[in-house]
Amino acid sequence: MRVSLFVTCLADQIWPSAAIGAVRVLRRVGCSVEFDDRQTCCGQPAFNTGYRAEARALARRFIEIFEAADADAIVSPSGSCTAMVHHYHDLFEDVAWRARAKAVAERTYELSTFLVNRLGVADVGASFAGRLTWHDACHGLRDLGLKSEPRRLLRHVRGAELVELPNAESCCGFGGTFSVKHPEISVAMLDEKVEAIEAAGVDAVVSGDASCLMQIGGRLSRRGSSVRALHLADVLASTA
Amino acid sequence: MTFEGGVRAALADVQLRGALRQATTLFGDRRGTALASVPDWEGARERARAIKDETLLHLDRYLEQFTSSAERAGARMHWARDAGEACEIIGRIGEVLGARTVVKSKSMATEEIHLNAALARRGIEPIETDLGEYIIQLAGETPSHIVVPAIHKTKAQIAALFAEKLGIAPTDDAAALTAAARQALRRRFAEADIGISGVNFAVAETGTILILENEGNARLTTSLPRTHIALMGIEKVIPRFADLEVFLQLLPRSGTGQVLTAYQSLLTGVKRRPEDEGPDELHIVLLDNGRSRMLASPVTRQSLACIRCGACLNACPVYRQIGGHAYDSVYPGPIGAILTPQLIGIERAAHLPYASSLCGACRDVCPVKIDIPALLLHLRAQVIEQRAGKSRLLERVAFRCYAAVMARPRLYEWTMRVARILRIVPPLPAWTKWRDLRPLAPRSFREEWRVGLRDEGVS
Repeated sequence: MRVSLFVTCLADQIWPSAAIGAVRVLRRVGCSVEFDDRQTCCGQPAFNTGYRAEARALARRFIEIFEAADADAIVSPSGSCTAMVHHYHDLFEDVAWRARAKAVAERTYELSTFLVNRLGVADVGASFAGRLTWHDACHGLRDLGLKSEPRRLLRHVRGAELVELPNAESCCGFGGTFSVKHPEISVAMLDEKVEAIEAAGVDAVVSGDASCLMQIGGRLSRRGSSVRALHLADVLASTA
Repeated sequence: MTFEGGVRAALADVQLRGALRQATTLFGDRRGTALASVPDWEGARERARAIKDETLLHLDRYLEQFTSSAERAGARMHWARDAGEACEIIGRIGEVLGARTVVKSKSMATEEIHLNAALARRGIEPIETDLGEYIIQLAGETPSHIVVPAIHKTKAQIAALFAEKLGIAPTDDAAALTAAARQALRRRFAEADIGISGVNFAVAETGTILILENEGNARLTTSLPRTHIALMGIEKVIPRFADLEVFLQLLPRSGTGQVLTAYQSLLTGVKRRPEDEGPDELHIVLLDNGRSRMLASPVTRQSLACIRCGACLNACPVYRQIGGHAYDSVYPGPIGAILTPQLIGIERAAHLPYASSLCGACRDVCPVKIDIPALLLHLRAQVIEQRAGKSRLLERVAFRCYAAVMARPRLYEWTMRVARILRIVPPLPAWTKWRDLRPLAPRSFREEWRVGLRDEGVS
């Protein structure tokens, strides 16, 4: 299976291990991976803040770049950015662009759904020693419906123990520009999440979005916690 | 108070936050249990939404049908274009009757038009009879939740309020507090000239209005005084009596987690024979107040499907932290963040569409499947397009630059590389005051790809 990687700008610049991990895991399960370095950002920050013209321009770029990719699937280590691509058609009134947007969205998968639902793989041959908990990132959970897939993958990681957070599905408070427009609310939401993570007695909190991980990890380290924030692909790529 | 000020005050209020956490968790849990008794919850949501969509597409027709059915049953119908007209209509009825006091059952529509203040200006005293509304009226406050108006108050605060206003001995016994309110209110029911209520559903084919409640106060309000005035938004109409079946499954379960509310009053017209119950006069006031504007587009039209259950407030992580008052909006929470800007104009409520992390929990619990996040995004786009609210000059420039850089991969790569080498950290005190900022990676993914990842272990 030929995969074109949609790396996302956050993973590219701030959490490259997630994208590197995704490449290694995909290759391990038999995919070939391509990466088109014309890709940048999917436009979500602009779209979510109300800047539709800016978002539309970036959506057009994305569609053109990935239409050209000679691949069976477009895979991304982010539920949120994948969800954005799935929303692209809303940005266009033009019928032709809507159709192009839908065609690209149909081929675009978040990493865990691609592995589990498209490839039928649950064990990617990973090993990781430690107690882990999963944070459901909102857009992956509610826009893409991914819930069992990442848990299934994590349960097959050798040496890892997966425990559930009571508030796994609650928002961490990131919300893009919300995190800096309303930092006090954002951090109040975050603290409920972080308190539950600390109470769970885990070595790491794992999620499918670098954005939530920046938020949760940034607060954990500020509180002097030893709990690490890891991307799903970080764990799945690990063979230590 | 500004939104920011309200938020800060709310977050600093330990009692408020405790009350909110407890109440929203409780209602969320109860809702979860109550849903389980419906064999096909998703199917019920779909049916309810389909009924609402169909009604809204032909709202003119259904409103006319409702009007003639209700008139046949003896009701007098009034049409109010906006809040001012609605207050004027209700105030006039009161004046003609020489009313001194009115009893009211819980109604968000009367809050929306600020009816109590309008009545008071005419020398008519409004008395709230729903326990929660009564509490906040005594406290001189406004509802902070559309179903549970005093959700922000602890029992201790209510006890202190009752001791002060009703002159009872301080007690933390909820039953004793409720009894004190009941005793004070019975007298007001008996002497009231008019009862004013809201409407949960209005049935076009029969002219029936349905009011759901738990305390019996709405039944007294609508049957004891000789005159009953019901205020309803024009979106409350549903086509058929049989349609109530699905809405009665959805509303109590979503709102308070009840299988059914303690009282469901189905009121059709005035009393016909002397021995019947019911008012001699029934006035139904149909309120537009911005609603017909929402009908114009399919995106905004779904806002009118709302049945005011309050589930989105209970599920919202933002509401859970700040409560209702901080929103500075009659309708708080997610539904308020989409309704209020549409009702009063985006320029007067430009902050509301941004009072959300777009997590989507509201959409998941909405019994009529309103896509609240999509509406928030739609309204945000309007704010930017119409330059509503505060100046966003810096933000506009920032997004221009962002879009220009992101459209040019080489420029993007070099910008990020320069930022990394020079250790340029964006000035984000709003982030760094509470959270560590993860630095740019020593090597970006695309650099890793070029220096070896591309060819690594490819067999």
